[in-house]
Amino acid sequence: MTRFWRVFWALLIGVPLLAFTAWGLQDNPRLFVITFLNSLTLASLYFIVASGFTLVFGLMRNVNLAHGSLYLLGGYLGFFTAQFTGSWLLALAAGFAAAAVVGLVMQVSIFRFMPGQDLRQTMVTIGLSIVIADLLMWAIGAQVHQLSPPAVLDGPLRGLPVIRAYSTYRLSLLPIGIAIGVALWLFLNRTRVGMMIRAGVDDRAMLAASGVNVNLVFATTFAIGAGLAGLGGVIGAVELSMVPGEDTRLLLASLVVVIVGGMGSVAGAAIGAAIFGLAETYGLAYAPTYSVVFTFVILVLVLAFRPRGILGRPA
Amino acid sequence: MSAASWRGAMNLQTHRPAASGRPRVGGAPEPRPRRFTNPVRPRHVLPLAFLLAVPWVVPPFFTFQIGAQALALGLIALSLTFLAGSGGMISLAQMTVAGIAGYMVAIFGTAATDGVTLGWPWWLAVLLGIAIAVVAAAFIGWLSVRTEGIYTIMITLAIGVAFYYLALQNYAVFNGFQGMQKVLPPTLAGVYWRDPLPFYYLALACSLAGYLFVVYLLRTPFGIALQGIRDNPRRMHALGFNVTAHRVAAYAVAGGLAAVGGVLFTWYNGLVTPGSVGTGWLINILIIAVLGGMRHPVGAFLGAIVFVLLQNFAIDVIDRERFNLVIGVVFLVIVLFSRDGLLGWWAALSARMSTQRGGTPWRAARGRTFAR
Repeated sequence: MTRFWRVFWALLIGVPLLAFTAWGLQDNPRLFVITFLNSLTLASLYFIVASGFTLVFGLMRNVNLAHGSLYLLGGYLGFFTAQFTGSWLLALAAGFAAAAVVGLVMQVSIFRFMPGQDLRQTMVTIGLSIVIADLLMWAIGAQVHQLSPPAVLDGPLRGLPVIRAYSTYRLSLLPIGIAIGVALWLFLNRTRVGMMIRAGVDDRAMLAASGVNVNLVFATTFAIGAGLAGLGGVIGAVELSMVPGEDTRLLLASLVVVIVGGMGSVAGAAIGAAIFGLAETYGLAYAPTYSVVFTFVILVLVLAFRPRGILGRPA
Repeated sequence: MSAASWRGAMNLQTHRPAASGRPRVGGAPEPRPRRFTNPVRPRHVLPLAFLLAVPWVVPPFFTFQIGAQALALGLIALSLTFLAGSGGMISLAQMTVAGIAGYMVAIFGTAATDGVTLGWPWWLAVLLGIAIAVVAAAFIGWLSVRTEGIYTIMITLAIGVAFYYLALQNYAVFNGFQGMQKVLPPTLAGVYWRDPLPFYYLALACSLAGYLFVVYLLRTPFGIALQGIRDNPRRMHALGFNVTAHRVAAYAVAGGLAAVGGVLFTWYNGLVTPGSVGTGWLINILIIAVLGGMRHPVGAFLGAIVFVLLQNFAIDVIDRERFNLVIGVVFLVIVLFSRDGLLGWWAALSARMSTQRGGTPWRAARGRTFAR
């Protein structure tokens, strides 16, 4: 892209955004700032869930459409653990572990036997998502489950400028998301397994040829990716509540986030989550019945100009 | 992975020579004239006679709930079979296209919703509904053909779910959660077209037309080119074919089929709600197409009849609420153990019975669809 076009696009997107920001701040600063915080914290949750999705896709070309069901599974398991033990941290661990184990079983018992057949694997994940969702509904029922936040993070945070008060738990999602992002970055860039995963993303055949047990790497990655969905489920169980149908919502979020951000890229997932969170929340606040249209427009624009997503590379 | 290698990985026998009856460059092909019609054989006449006669012997419940529903769903699934089987593009948004047609028929025509519908004559509403759905399908196609293979499934799913949420949240046009109630076919020539018998024949006529159209289209130069693009887009591009235009056109054609099916399905249900374009139905259409098999257009209708029978009877065995579990498990079994749905099993069976029969493009393309 030449410099002219870069400036042109920056102006075309930036000027209306700046104008909207100025209008929003002038019109109702409290609403605007609260919406901003809401969107960033929601984006944080989306990032946690979608990073697992993109990790699995990047390495194995497996579009795990059961990711939303794993989110739901983790959320329910976390809910019951918290009810049983009263500990939120244990709930987090249980949600992560439950989804990770299911993901591991899926990889070891099914996907390992169909390498390279990405489309068929996707079909299998569709079937699994239907079965898991229905089994969960059978076992747990369709009523709403909502987890209460841990005592430390319960209640509003008072004395903030402009918006006066904001939910402590909700605000804490932001550092949690950043922490998980940093942890994932360190894991991928500073550990041996992470190095193998990155090598596998670039060239699976070469990784196998250099003596690495690819199946082990795949299983680990799948467990971590699925576990992140479960973790997101426990975190989301407080903020969004758990009910059948949430799996679809989070699946859509994961899909849009990784399509916009670029598939297989964790940094892309962060960017995609931020864009999607902002679009969805501002849409809901300022144009409630058309909010999903903004999401759609963003999807269209990204696909029209960057078919592989913002940080996507040729597969 | 590039487009070609992805498709190569998908199609086991991509490089098998003499895949179809069309003349090849080089070699010494027999100059067989390209036929656009098959000779009519008993295996064509008998099912047709069966389909025509069946409503006279079974109770109206079967005619309407099983027969007509399966035909309408089969027509929607046929659009996916066409796209996936001959174009190599698995779109999960076919039910969305069908739903758009249904919504448009309700919005332009009549429904029991005040202030939303326009109340135009039914034929205008149907024509407009189908036209808008085709435009929408072409747009969805234009968006998703920019990406390749596995990405298509994600993008069409995202588009479909986005439309679901739009219909759910928007009250000005789509009437929100309630959707459009009482969207019924007209009374014409003294016949109320939602009575079991007339509706069955209406659905049968539309489905048969759609089926024959697809069978015909696959033998036209366009259909042959589309199958070529499925097998090797890079080579077709090098040969001077406009790959993107062919794919978008395929989406538009499939959109037309899905739209007709969508109008029928809306009339069958008598309503169209966000639920009828929700994830469940998006995936059900895929299930129907995969269940039947994608090597031949008839698979869509086979899948639909099995699906509808399961929906109505298999659940009695377990629990009325557990339909999703049943259909999910059936789908898993098909995907895990069959190369190509019921047609795949049939082909394996008949291959064992007799060896080497002559090839229509579909039979020659055995094993070329996604499910190996």
